[in-house]
Amino acid sequence: MATVELLLSALPAHVRTARLVGVAAARRAGLADDLVDELRLAVGEACSRAVAVNAEHAPETPIKITVRDDPAGLTVEVTDAGPESGPLSDDVEDLFAEDAVDPRVALAVLAGLVDELDITSTEAGTTVTLRWPLPVRVS
Amino acid sequence: MDLSLEDRQEGDRTIVVVGGEIDVYTAPKLREKLIDLVSAGHYHLVVDMEAVEFLDSTGLGVLVGGLKRVRAHEGSLRLVCTQERILKIFRITGLTKVFPIHATVAEAVAATETA
Repeated sequence: MATVELLLSALPAHVRTARLVGVAAARRAGLADDLVDELRLAVGEACSRAVAVNAEHAPETPIKITVRDDPAGLTVEVTDAGPESGPLSDDVEDLFAEDAVDPRVALAVLAGLVDELDITSTEAGTTVTLRWPLPVRVS
Repeated sequence: MDLSLEDRQEGDRTIVVVGGEIDVYTAPKLREKLIDLVSAGHYHLVVDMEAVEFLDSTGLGVLVGGLKRVRAHEGSLRLVCTQERILKIFRITGLTKVFPIHATVAEAVAATETA
């Protein structure tokens, strides 16, 4: 099992850093190439959302990203300091506001993208958990 | 790679060639570009996304914003994209129904002519 943990200030510029680290960790863990593309987008969406949530609720609090691989698969957790977003409305265009996309859009993209997605909220914040299967290794 | 933006005229159509990564950090530059073009009277835009390496929902938001702007002037915003990993996010969000998506700039320009 190997773990990478990142704390990033809630700034848009750092979301790319999170994507790069996530992709590097995923490649090292042996995740299939098509799933690496999926992970790049998923980590970007989860972190964009977390940055937007913290910017609104707790701008001084960093977002936390953990990438962990074990025989069961690759797990990415992104934790912010805000509440879980509510359900989506039906009008797709209205969700894409001019200056800031509704954080719920990121969750909708994640739900459509990643097979294994969990969202848990506590009073301290919300954690988005993403999981991908890893190829079985012959030891 | 950062975002790159270039534009050129083809008749009364404006081709915006976008390259690199469109995400929460770079999307504001694309938004400013689209706002500048519409402010200057360019209402028929073709956004060429073939050199885009990454696009997230923030980037989608900017494109939807651009579409709303040109629509206000009875204009059009067409996309050129054949990359599967970029098209995927349009499908997931249902935006394939909102944007005309073409395989080549020539096709997008021709389609705009008859619209």
